[in-house]
Amino acid sequence: MELHISSSATKAENFSSAQLFVDPTRHTTAPLVTGGSVVGIKCSDGVVIAADTLASYGSLARFQNFSRLMKVTDSCMLGGGGEVSDFQEIQRLLENLITKDFCFNDEHIQTPRSVHQYLGRVLYAQRSRLNPLWNSLLVGGYAASQSFLGVVDLYGTTFESEVLATGFGVLLGLPLLRKAYRPDLSINEGIKIVEDVFRVLFYRDARSINRIQVATATSAGVTISEPYSLETKWDFEGFVNPRSTYDESTW
Amino acid sequence: MASIGTGYDLSATTFSPDGRVFQVEYAQKAADSSGLTIGVCCKDGVVLAVEKILLSKMLLKESGRRVHLIDQHAILAVAGMGPDGRQLATRARQECEQYRNIFRTPMPGHLLAERIAGYVHVHSLYWHVRPFGCTVMIGTWELKQGPSLYMIDPSGSFYRYYGCAAGKGKQGAKTGLEKLDFRQLSCDDALLELAKLINAAHDESKDKPYEMEMIWIKSDTGKASLVPPYLIETVRQRAEQLAREEEMAD
Repeated sequence: MELHISSSATKAENFSSAQLFVDPTRHTTAPLVTGGSVVGIKCSDGVVIAADTLASYGSLARFQNFSRLMKVTDSCMLGGGGEVSDFQEIQRLLENLITKDFCFNDEHIQTPRSVHQYLGRVLYAQRSRLNPLWNSLLVGGYAASQSFLGVVDLYGTTFESEVLATGFGVLLGLPLLRKAYRPDLSINEGIKIVEDVFRVLFYRDARSINRIQVATATSAGVTISEPYSLETKWDFEGFVNPRSTYDESTW
Repeated sequence: MASIGTGYDLSATTFSPDGRVFQVEYAQKAADSSGLTIGVCCKDGVVLAVEKILLSKMLLKESGRRVHLIDQHAILAVAGMGPDGRQLATRARQECEQYRNIFRTPMPGHLLAERIAGYVHVHSLYWHVRPFGCTVMIGTWELKQGPSLYMIDPSGSFYRYYGCAAGKGKQGAKTGLEKLDFRQLSCDDALLELAKLINAAHDESKDKPYEMEMIWIKSDTGKASLVPPYLIETVRQRAEQLAREEEMAD
């Protein structure tokens, strides 16, 4: 009997306290299949948001034709980056929300602002349970002759701006968007700008692809383009011979 | 009914010696004592129409609706007790949502009808619940299947129809429906036919005034919607006018 006790005591010594109280694996805080940047810009007569069509599995370009944009209502659109399965869960929640409104048939529909706030509550509630939806979302829309562009992150933080980006787009895209922004931009100019941003992202962000979708919200409603490829140019001096750049870095 | 008073009609859990469940039959009676409800499945969609009897002159228009949107692709109309019908509509919405959550695709009509029929049926099996006092029609539209129409009665039995009627005057309406060729009929044309049938079933001198309610799914959009009030008003006036002309001709 004594022997038994001492042997189990030796065993226990081999465990660190962390191993004795092992946390369950929290898959939700380790995203598997992920989408990259989403960028958006307000224009004089609407809003443009865009995302590339890549869903990565780690560093593997796993799904190259995955749509990360969604039409929520006739006046509201959503773009999502981060964990793809969580994004699909968010799409499901929104579809149910919109269907409920549809069945009530009282002419009330969710505005872009209310969708933005709703997603903020959902993501905040989830992060408060230490089980976040691992996404950064862009909500864009055009309702009551007003453009709306807002972001929601995995903590439930919400804010609005004239130009917004998520993921690597914050680092590489936002400066370009801010530089290009004017209050009197047309939708077509806005599309041109987000295309340029995605071209730059494709050059530098290794979790991106040059195949994108662009969604626009105007008084005519929300349209999401078919995926299309961006023209790229690889014979820049800095690309051909990185050492030729003045700081001898690829930056 | 000779069997009344024999004690076999007090519970839905007891058969009478001649094999009937009276409580369910009474529920069917409740369903057939309300205004006429008609459904037609046309070549390009489904239309459901209800003759909603107005019990008071003070009722606000469009209140106490008997036609319900269930999902983007599904509609429901009630003959019989309104609250019972609303309960079934709520249930149908839940079924559609659950199906969408699991399969990420709209619920097929035959499954929706089967689930609702099952729900109605279990309410005819236990002493502690009352059977539904309504007959409901469910219309759906699917990408591959096209339009389909089902009718569920208080016993929980359900069938798929080209055209069906329930409520007061259903016999006359059924006869009228049998004269129509549903493969040729479009939803737009069906509106007038339905208005004519409801108008014919309604006896203005005897019955209380009524409001006509219509709901449809057309294949051009595949999306359910209430028929706009001005369309209903147009076909109703046209139906009344045709009825008057016929009377003059006689």
